[in-house]
Amino acid sequence: MNNDLNKIMPLAQAVARFVKTGSHISIGGFTLNRNPMAAVYEIIRQKIKELHLYAHSNGTGLDELIGAGCVSRLEIAYGGNGKAAPTCIRFARAVQNNEILFEDYSNYMMSLRFMAGAMGVPFLPTLSGLGSDMLTTWGFSESMRRSDPKIVDSKLAVVDNPFGNWGGAKKVVAVPAINPDVTIIHVQKADAMGTCRIQGLTFADVEQVKASRHVIVTCEQLVEKPVLREHPDMNQIPFIHVTAVCHVPFGGYPTAVYGHYDYDAQYLKRFAKAARDEAAFKAYQDRFIFGVKDHEQFLEKVGKDRLAAIAADPKTGYSVNMKRD
Amino acid sequence: MDTSYTPKEIMTIMAAREIKNGDIVFSGTGISMLAAMAAKKINAPDSVIFFETGAMDSLLEEIPFAVADPRIMYWAAANSSLTDAFATMQNRITGDRVIAILGAAQIDMYGNLNTTCIGDYFSPDIRFSGSGGGCDVASFVPRCIAFMQHETRKFVKHLDYLTSPGQLTGNGAREKAGLRPGGVSVVVTNLGVMRFDTDTGQMYLDQYYPGTTPGMILENTGFDMDVSRAAPADPPTPAELKILRENCDPQRLILGPA
Repeated sequence: MNNDLNKIMPLAQAVARFVKTGSHISIGGFTLNRNPMAAVYEIIRQKIKELHLYAHSNGTGLDELIGAGCVSRLEIAYGGNGKAAPTCIRFARAVQNNEILFEDYSNYMMSLRFMAGAMGVPFLPTLSGLGSDMLTTWGFSESMRRSDPKIVDSKLAVVDNPFGNWGGAKKVVAVPAINPDVTIIHVQKADAMGTCRIQGLTFADVEQVKASRHVIVTCEQLVEKPVLREHPDMNQIPFIHVTAVCHVPFGGYPTAVYGHYDYDAQYLKRFAKAARDEAAFKAYQDRFIFGVKDHEQFLEKVGKDRLAAIAADPKTGYSVNMKRD
Repeated sequence: MDTSYTPKEIMTIMAAREIKNGDIVFSGTGISMLAAMAAKKINAPDSVIFFETGAMDSLLEEIPFAVADPRIMYWAAANSSLTDAFATMQNRITGDRVIAILGAAQIDMYGNLNTTCIGDYFSPDIRFSGSGGGCDVASFVPRCIAFMQHETRKFVKHLDYLTSPGQLTGNGAREKAGLRPGGVSVVVTNLGVMRFDTDTGQMYLDQYYPGTTPGMILENTGFDMDVSRAAPADPPTPAELKILRENCDPQRLILGPA
């Protein structure tokens, strides 16, 4: 599908080209780990609005995007961000103040929805959710669903097991496929064609990538092709799925990137504090997002000391004995 | 050593005692993480801690602050993915060995949990994080421990939103909905331990802690509950407290002030 030898481009250009007003997007990572934060901040700086965001548990990136008013519709399993924010603060506010349309699923449902999209099937079955209010309470109305061809007509469907009681289940919950316009992930290593190597947990990144029409990869290290080809069993994403490759060291900051750096507990705490107050939140955004031209300047503002404090220990992959409270 | 204990300490020990050797423990963070670690070091050395994000049997040299914390990735048997982790619980070969530890904003007499919102779904007074993996694990596995603060506003007649299924409406409702037997099977609070009647599916008081009474627990419960089977709980032993304090959370990151 996309076999260009060189997909390298500046992040600002990749975001401008593929993320549009109203785009259906998904981002990789989970809560405070490996969110594509450089890309998230770039979306905010470019003031791209009315996004339809598909999230499982993308804590930090999710809350920044919602806080900046970029998201108008959200399909989500979990809006929390570890100790700093057991419930994401801007997410909770946006829901409580009726600022976004939202639809609740579970983490497995959302992961299966990406997998169905990646597999090219209309839905996948699970036993999760039977008897829960997720089946019966729809955040997106039926009329809204029917009027938008990019949204499936039903949130979920309970269907009889076509194989009788085979597998010990009389019925299953069918979860509908998702095919985002754009998925953005941050990985440890990629080459110019877009082949990726993720260290540590992959979360749902691989399914999200394979379900998506366009894929922007930001990477800690841009490596030569042989580095990845010598150990193909350690790679998860072959280049055919990838549209753009952006070399952005610390592109996951302030979330963790296993083997490179830890999450910045102080930054997340400061964000959570600012997020509770409108004036403080605006000041935070003006300083760290709108007050810089790109991620490199953002990191300069954060300071070398902070980045050094979260550097990963080569043995464990995280910052040992880091101050976290 | 000080043999008095905090509510968090007794809750952690009571939950740890529920974990059997060989169990696969689905853990969140905070106190559930600590209960899983305590069980492994006290009564269930061959239990396996795993996370919905896909890490299996992590070493946990430092306490993680989220289920995606890089601290769960180090020295794991495998680091996989969400689809894989949830499949492990839905899987009939491994799923029956899983015991989950969950928290919630509200619980009802059938052990159904709400982690979504207080008030109207569309315009809630308080919005919480949502299901995450909670609904999934409560749908799949035979045993779940729910950690709760024991207050009438949390032990309610009617949930504002049913996020994770317990016994639904009782009396085989779970099976009727298409779920396998399971869901929340024990509730551990700061006052006592509750279980569910095998016939009615309703919560009953099983144990009350030193310093509490069944009457006090009923006063803090927003629905009728059978207390006729209640017995005093065995308080944490000095050996249990020692391991919890010295080997699980020496910095008291989760236990908090002594």
